[in-house]
Amino acid sequence: MSTHLQNAKKQWHPIAASTDLVPRHVYHAQLTGRELAVWRADDGHVNVWENRCLHRGVRLSIGINDGRELVCQYHGWRYANRTAGCTYIPAHPADAPARTICNNQYPVVEKEGLIWSTEADDQPELPAIDYRAGDKLVLRAMPINATPEVVLITLKQHAHADESSNDRIIEHNLFSLSMLLVGNDTHLQVNYFIQPVDSNRVVVRAVLSGLPNDANTAYKLQTLREHNEILKQVQESAERQMEALDTPLPWEPVIRPVSEKLSYMPELSSKRRSLLRVKVSDIRDTATAIKAVEFMSIEGQLPTFQPGAHIDVHLPNALIRQYSLVNATGQTDRYIIGVKRESDSTGGSTYIHDTLRMDDVVAVSVPRNNFPMRRDAVKTLLIAGGIGITPMLSMAQALYHSSMPFKLHYFVQGADHLAFKETLETFRSSLIVHSALDPAQTQLELNGILSSYENAHHVYVCGPGPMLNVTRTIAQSHSWPDDAVHFEYFKNTQTQDKSVPFEVSLSRSGLTLQVPSGKSLLQVLRENNVDLPSSCEQGACGTCKVTVTAGEALHQDVYLSETEKQRGDCMMTCVSRAKSNSLTLDI
Amino acid sequence: MFANSYEKEAMNAMSCNDPVILNQWHAIAAIEDTGATACHTRLLGEQLEYSVVEGSAHASRAQTPNKQLPITCAYGYIWTCLGIPSAPLFELPEYLESDRTNVCAASVGVRVSAPRAVENFLDMGHFPYVHTGILGEQPHTEVREYDVEVTEDTNEVIATRCRFYQPQAAAGAEGGMLVEYIYRVPHPYCSVLYKSCPDDESRLDVIALFVQPMDEINIRAHALVSVIDKTSAPLAIRMFQQTIFGQDKPILENQLPKRLPLDPRAETPIRADKSAIVYRRWLSKQGIRYGVIPAAA
Repeated sequence: MSTHLQNAKKQWHPIAASTDLVPRHVYHAQLTGRELAVWRADDGHVNVWENRCLHRGVRLSIGINDGRELVCQYHGWRYANRTAGCTYIPAHPADAPARTICNNQYPVVEKEGLIWSTEADDQPELPAIDYRAGDKLVLRAMPINATPEVVLITLKQHAHADESSNDRIIEHNLFSLSMLLVGNDTHLQVNYFIQPVDSNRVVVRAVLSGLPNDANTAYKLQTLREHNEILKQVQESAERQMEALDTPLPWEPVIRPVSEKLSYMPELSSKRRSLLRVKVSDIRDTATAIKAVEFMSIEGQLPTFQPGAHIDVHLPNALIRQYSLVNATGQTDRYIIGVKRESDSTGGSTYIHDTLRMDDVVAVSVPRNNFPMRRDAVKTLLIAGGIGITPMLSMAQALYHSSMPFKLHYFVQGADHLAFKETLETFRSSLIVHSALDPAQTQLELNGILSSYENAHHVYVCGPGPMLNVTRTIAQSHSWPDDAVHFEYFKNTQTQDKSVPFEVSLSRSGLTLQVPSGKSLLQVLRENNVDLPSSCEQGACGTCKVTVTAGEALHQDVYLSETEKQRGDCMMTCVSRAKSNSLTLDI
Repeated sequence: MFANSYEKEAMNAMSCNDPVILNQWHAIAAIEDTGATACHTRLLGEQLEYSVVEGSAHASRAQTPNKQLPITCAYGYIWTCLGIPSAPLFELPEYLESDRTNVCAASVGVRVSAPRAVENFLDMGHFPYVHTGILGEQPHTEVREYDVEVTEDTNEVIATRCRFYQPQAAAGAEGGMLVEYIYRVPHPYCSVLYKSCPDDESRLDVIALFVQPMDEINIRAHALVSVIDKTSAPLAIRMFQQTIFGQDKPILENQLPKRLPLDPRAETPIRADKSAIVYRRWLSKQGIRYGVIPAAA
């Protein structure tokens, strides 16, 4: 690596002007030979990413900035604001993408009208820059086909060109130069920054400071023109000097390879056990007996989630509870959950309602998605009962933002039970509230909602067990196919039979194990060091699903659909057992 | 603003010393577009001139016009070889069926490597995004499971049971439907697509892509359309195919790097990319180096 390149890589450089990042635009920048896609989300956050979709290498600078996510033009892969994590792969609409599909991103700081970034790992902070007090102006960027050294020399030559002037260089290094411009009554300062685009190309960016605070537009324009003229002369002069020099070889950026795991055909399951420490940044009542809780990261970026995802919350009283994320897509600076005080609480919701306070630190799991939402539906129906609204809020916001047709039917006991009203307001035209209905009336309403099935319509249901069961039965009676009916149970209320022992063979691990009565398959696997992710451990969440290659399973979960159970090729290890004497699993 | 990654790759992308590619037949032009006046083109980094005089085709290096290169006229195109042809050109028997309309539908220049173009031809996932309203349409984006293998006898990549939702499957069709495709890759730089024929359920329409590698990262994509279609005029078929190629061109020209990376960790495949994965392995196995970035040994 050339020393010029090494020097360039050690520093922060401006890569764009703030005004280049107009709303919903993706700006194509370049630093030390590396292309960058730079975009501002609607929440103001600036993203600096490798200009290359991880899938097939298409430039993300030709992608679509929808304000929350960047969408690749080639196959519609979506990447989230801030995390750069992939949230959706349209070719496989029923799967949640592996969390680790994450674009390369670079640090960013926006300051005084410039966007700064760096490739250095050991430079977490942008060094302070001394500007002169007063108003500031950002000059038009000047591209120059010359090396940074030649451009620096040329800038210095221009500084000393007029011997009669009192202007003086305040300081300079390899990539910047600041000058005091001594005027009659005001002194201006100009800070030039030499952005090393490639070995033989720079962009000179500059900030003028020390302008009078009451300077009018005409004065500012005149000043900008004068300084732009100087930069034009620098450009001409530097490019002329380059004619006598050898053109250096272009810098070849090294693009980080994707992880080993991603390079093979995907198993979309992932083991996610790591915990994040987060701080309660808001806790408030959002409806009768429902609290909205917001968590902010203590260190680093919170991982990517998709609509339908949940987190495990590890409470200080040692309980672990699952809560769906309420977040809108791209709302990646916090996790928001809704918690209902359960009358039969064993301490989870009670703790959150009575004891949890602002600034408390709790551990949460990374988001896991067992309730992924397809975005290839012609129409999506969302049905929520009570606190079952939480995953639906995330889904509804995603659909609304993408202008995809949907209706959210929200069944509540009464108006004061409507949670997250301000979020519901954002998609009011797609919201239908069904208030204070008894079970028979609810059934009648559901019957109407689900009366006709059409191809590529999908329904998502979340709510209390009896309501889910009724909804599934009604959908079936109106010929909704199982794969168009998606649901998430809070818990499994079926009685579990653990009495019959059986044998299990693990084809990949080469183990044969005995599962005695009274123990779950998952427990036996764990005891034999077969590591399997799990979450609710009551057959409701779908995390511990495995593939069955031989034998017949005794399904005791509420996660799998009837079709999946009949097909017999998968099972939940936490509650389900064997009907046959033995089972063979693909683990 | 800084479109220099192309120039960077171009610096290392000239003549060919890959024997597998050198000894292949490559299409250079449609026979019907060629007359007695010599035309010029590039193949594997070398300047060629070619002509068709009194029904017989000629091609030579521009520097040695009197030294004839091997010639095959097939499937509407002139094919030549800069090395020693290692085998006859692959079979495409449908071309000879008497009731088919055969159209040399397009020859489009694209700044990309030949294998990237072939991979794009094999890919269904981009239909709703790149060929919106024609070959696919949102929200119908799912790529269903399909089968892909390398045939033992002919050593071709073949993908079968490929199905994709198409908004207007045929000229007179109402509404969308799932269309079934079969893909063949009989040549490192050529692919043939078979697709259910609207006029005759028992037969398949054929669309073939013959990529002419002008150099490692510049191609001309030639299309042969061979259909059982009593209604569409050749001009309409040509317009359709040129629209499709025109939609692919800007995407392909924005792929980085331009040469196809064969290292599995260079890009992120998904299940829908099975055919591309098999194609990349198949190229690796043949030791192909031209137009690709070989995986580190």
